[in-house]
Amino acid sequence: MAGVIARRARKQRAFRWTVLILLGVFFLLPMAAMLEFSTRTAGTWSLLVDWPKLNETYPDLAAGIVASLEQAGLTALLMLVLLVPTAIWVRLRLPRLRPLVEFLCLLPLTIPAIVLVVGLAPVYAWVTYFLGGSSLTLVFAYTVLVLPYAYRAIDAGLSAIDVKTLAEAARGLGAGWFTVMWRVVLPNIRSAVLSAAFLTVALVLGEFTIASLLHRTNLQVAIEFLGKSSATMSVAVSLTALLLAFVLLLLLSLFGDSRKRKT
Amino acid sequence: MAVRPRLRGAALLGAVPFLVYVAIFLIIPTLVVAIGAFTGDGGHGFTLDNVRALGDEYILAAFGRSVLLSALSALFGAVFGALLAYALSTAKPGGLLRRTVTAASGVLAQFGGVTLAFAFLATIGISGFVTVWLQEHAGVDIYANGVWLFELPGLTLVYTYFQIPLMVIVFLPALDGIRPQWREATENLGGTTWQYWTRVAGPLLAPAFLGSALLLFANAFSAYATAAALVSQGNPIIPLQIRGALTSEVVLGQANLGKAMALGMVVVVAVVMTLYSLLQRRTARWLG
Repeated sequence: MAGVIARRARKQRAFRWTVLILLGVFFLLPMAAMLEFSTRTAGTWSLLVDWPKLNETYPDLAAGIVASLEQAGLTALLMLVLLVPTAIWVRLRLPRLRPLVEFLCLLPLTIPAIVLVVGLAPVYAWVTYFLGGSSLTLVFAYTVLVLPYAYRAIDAGLSAIDVKTLAEAARGLGAGWFTVMWRVVLPNIRSAVLSAAFLTVALVLGEFTIASLLHRTNLQVAIEFLGKSSATMSVAVSLTALLLAFVLLLLLSLFGDSRKRKT
Repeated sequence: MAVRPRLRGAALLGAVPFLVYVAIFLIIPTLVVAIGAFTGDGGHGFTLDNVRALGDEYILAAFGRSVLLSALSALFGAVFGALLAYALSTAKPGGLLRRTVTAASGVLAQFGGVTLAFAFLATIGISGFVTVWLQEHAGVDIYANGVWLFELPGLTLVYTYFQIPLMVIVFLPALDGIRPQWREATENLGGTTWQYWTRVAGPLLAPAFLGSALLLFANAFSAYATAAALVSQGNPIIPLQIRGALTSEVVLGQANLGKAMALGMVVVVAVVMTLYSLLQRRTARWLG
């Protein structure tokens, strides 16, 4: 029996490394190619770290980067303000509304962004009328877009703790609802809130569909536009954006790991 | 206790901001698409013209290409992703290899859109790294029969890049649900490896595999950004047809046709996702 198991382990190891190496080449090749491509013109990378010069040479790109960062921050903020109190409140006081809230939050998963943009066009005609055509108005659409991912993260965080008992204990000691949420429940779901925010930032930084079709700008729109005039630069920026997303999501998965290990 | 009903009415107020927000930015857009698909271009009056126009040859062809692209990329993604997931499931649980590959899959599954399109342009574009290298060192011209990167074969290859990692993420939990005891039991009863895979593990994994493949299909079917950045001429697939309808609203009768196409996409995705959740429930019975 021991011989069979050892032979199987050996076979599995051979299989594992064959698959990993073949697919590893497939996945790393485009990134290596991006690096090679972006170093064909000298000075591309040094320009990327020199913000004032970048701003001067590629004003559209700089504007896109700024717009995306602002959108990411504001979307995370709006998502948290909208979702966290609602999720807590529904759990505590409106349990019968929970299936509806869950359904609404997961609905964007079945509506492709390209479809959402068709329906959003008339809504955004009003948004433009009231708030102007700034790229920051995309935050409203992005909050809907990240709803499923953020909701799942926050809901998982709330499921891991006994919200009801915590709230009742706090209420019994004379806390108001605001105190219950801000000082009792929120600190207990901090890692869930963080992962929801991370996911939001990662998704917003990668968004292209809605921004491009509603004629607003962000990082991806700027990269696409840049691709038409300066291929080298656009590939360099793409690689940077990709690495940034890598770091963000790797941090996120590390957070996720430490959370799992604790419970 | 008698105050409960009054309190519940007040409690409802707490959910109002969320519900209003979702109504404006999710429900209204959905209704705009659903109603617009059945409205004439004058803005009033019920009509089936838009939905009937979906039967036009060029739209049907675009739907067909979308389905083909999604099915092929889901197939490749599911097969290679399952192989990779199996390779991972035989590695040490919690080991460095497994953690790294799972984390990388999480990132790469999200990697789509403009950056992915440009990555492939830098790799196998006309002056891409691999294209040039093959030409100079092996004398092989991968575009001898025309540039296929901006057509269906190219799109399939690029989509597979984010489909494989997604498969790893959704299929790995099912593989982890397989217990070593089942294999031992098969062996104790005299079963061979072949019998174990075809009679025990295969049937157990089949719903999970099929369900994951459906999820991949829906993922590719709704993707827009990658194709939009790659294909600038012509609108071969449905999301790009919708782009055409949205950006050329000067062409009369296009605005609500776009909504009908959008509705068609939602119907396809909804059917696929329903099947997915049914299969998911079946998977959970054994491998949950």
